[in-house]
Amino acid sequence: MLRLEKRPQPSRIWTWATPPLAVLVTMIAGGALFAALGKDPVEAIATIFWKPLFGEFAFYYRPQLLIKATPLILIAIGLSLGFRAGVWNIGAEGQYILGALTGAGVGLALYPLDSAVVFPLMIIAGALGGWAWAMIPALLKVRFGTNEILVSLMLVYVAEQLLAAMALGPMRNPDGHGFPGSRNLRDYPSAHNAEIIEGTGMHWGVAAAVIAVIAAYVLLSRHILGFQIRLAGQAPRAARFSGVRPGRLVLVCLGTSGALAGLAGMFEVAGPAGQVSIDFNVGYGFTAIIVAFLGRLHPVGIALAGLLMALTYIGGEMAQSTLGLPAAAIQLFQGMLLFFLLAVDLLTNYRIRIRKKEVA
Amino acid sequence: MGAIDPALLLAALVVAATPILLAALGELVVERAGVLNLGVEGMMITGAICGFAVAVNTGSPAIGFVAAAAGGAVLALLFALLTQLALANQVASGLALTLFGLGLSSLLGQGYVGIKPPPTPRLDLGPLSDIPFLGRVVFSHDLMVYLALALVAAIWAMLKYTRAGLILRAVGENHDAAHALGYRVVRVRVLAILFGGACAGLGGAYISLIRVPQWTEGMTAGAGWIALALVVFASWKAGRVLLGAWLFGGVTVLQLNLQAAGLAIPVEYLSMSPYLITILVLVIMSADKSRAPASLGRIFHASQ
Repeated sequence: MLRLEKRPQPSRIWTWATPPLAVLVTMIAGGALFAALGKDPVEAIATIFWKPLFGEFAFYYRPQLLIKATPLILIAIGLSLGFRAGVWNIGAEGQYILGALTGAGVGLALYPLDSAVVFPLMIIAGALGGWAWAMIPALLKVRFGTNEILVSLMLVYVAEQLLAAMALGPMRNPDGHGFPGSRNLRDYPSAHNAEIIEGTGMHWGVAAAVIAVIAAYVLLSRHILGFQIRLAGQAPRAARFSGVRPGRLVLVCLGTSGALAGLAGMFEVAGPAGQVSIDFNVGYGFTAIIVAFLGRLHPVGIALAGLLMALTYIGGEMAQSTLGLPAAAIQLFQGMLLFFLLAVDLLTNYRIRIRKKEVA
Repeated sequence: MGAIDPALLLAALVVAATPILLAALGELVVERAGVLNLGVEGMMITGAICGFAVAVNTGSPAIGFVAAAAGGAVLALLFALLTQLALANQVASGLALTLFGLGLSSLLGQGYVGIKPPPTPRLDLGPLSDIPFLGRVVFSHDLMVYLALALVAAIWAMLKYTRAGLILRAVGENHDAAHALGYRVVRVRVLAILFGGACAGLGGAYISLIRVPQWTEGMTAGAGWIALALVVFASWKAGRVLLGAWLFGGVTVLQLNLQAAGLAIPVEYLSMSPYLITILVLVIMSADKSRAPASLGRIFHASQ
């Protein structure tokens, strides 16, 4: 029989080894899944993980990698602060939508003003929109002790309805012949989140994501607030005694993650997506949860995990078109990754020993 | 507005309440055992497609419901393995279960879009169904509605009067003490989790087989999360889960009727109402935290 023995300290080696191990196990299980669907497993895995980077059409797919990874990393960085402190913001998808709505709203309201202030104003509006949406669960948690998991999640469904209402109502393109969806911001240069360097996929959101990664790293390793966040998560009682105010931490963590999710939504709507439409959100807010855990809630880890997850999106699309792999299989694949990650995490906190005969 | 028949409205309320009632009852038992399973949404939608697919292929809704319960329980087993054996964080594992369940269901459901499931017959209660008003509201439903109501009573009685219920509550309130008394904490919890999964699966199948009835991706649309909120609303008491389910059923039916009545408010704002009401109710109920099982969400490892 196997027996678990709790480690006095989490294993350093396994802390870093478990994410790659989880990816490997997911590849094997995913391969089995693809084989069960009647596809060649090696071919499918290669299409997802290898071809977008080094295949024939890599020049097209590599920029896509940055475009897809940006919202994931921005959102996951924000989520990781809360997850470390035991504040569970599950509603990033809603904050992402709100950021897109407020950001695009400012841009559409100023149309056709040609000015350099339009885009910065949109960025501020996007961050504020996401922040405000996240403050609802934060304030309810601090004031009434309401569960932030359920409130933030309920607000995702509210935000989705709001998105539909906006795309069909106030933000609908007046020159769009009655079709749902707003004006395309790509046709409005002052509001367009254009590529900084042509053909690289490097838009302003990528710059924001890089800044967020660095800022989060400095915050967590050098700033007292980062220390308090880590302390509150690992030893809530000790944190209370050392003067950490839990309410303030809830406001900071939810507010930051909301603002970052809002930024992600704003950069997406003004660039890659281009317009407010009913099906604007594609679940980045939920996938970012996987990214945050896969990156071990560490900023650098999250950046890597975000890129890997973006790869599964792009490779998944590629496998859809070339191998006819269903889109749901990729979604399932991403879900499996979090499962295996949580399972192999056992090795970080526990030793597995073979049970000896017990002496009476 | 005058066109809305109160008897029909109440009958629709009972039907709308049944899926969240089933899922919330399962989660109630899980949480009373001290486990927080946030994967209800994932188990519900898996149950919805398992039940739908099996019912379509066998032509029997009854076998469909059995399959739905099995599907939900299998998914719950994954959660049990993660949290009870691999000792993973319950919040993260529950989320993983939901994400996984949503992906799995859309994969399984690919060939089933746009198909009509075999109809589930209404239970024949003879002359009872002919009573004016009451007959329409109370005595003209399918078997699952009555099964859900019976489950409320059964869970209430089990928790209050039986030895099994006492052990379950002991495990949920203080797992170390329960372990010291010789109760198998992990075994009790795994069984509770499986029961919760089966209930969520039944709830999901009720949506896809009876309430809608057809299969669309993501069709549970947050019902699992509302069920989770319902358990908090009910202060972890079976009777109050029923009350809460009817309240949410009422809100859902009312907003659907208002949509149909062609009010000046856009449909989207009406569709928000169940979620907003959930938040409102959570805020009102969250003042009283004392009822939550004391070991809720804590990891148990017999390391001493």
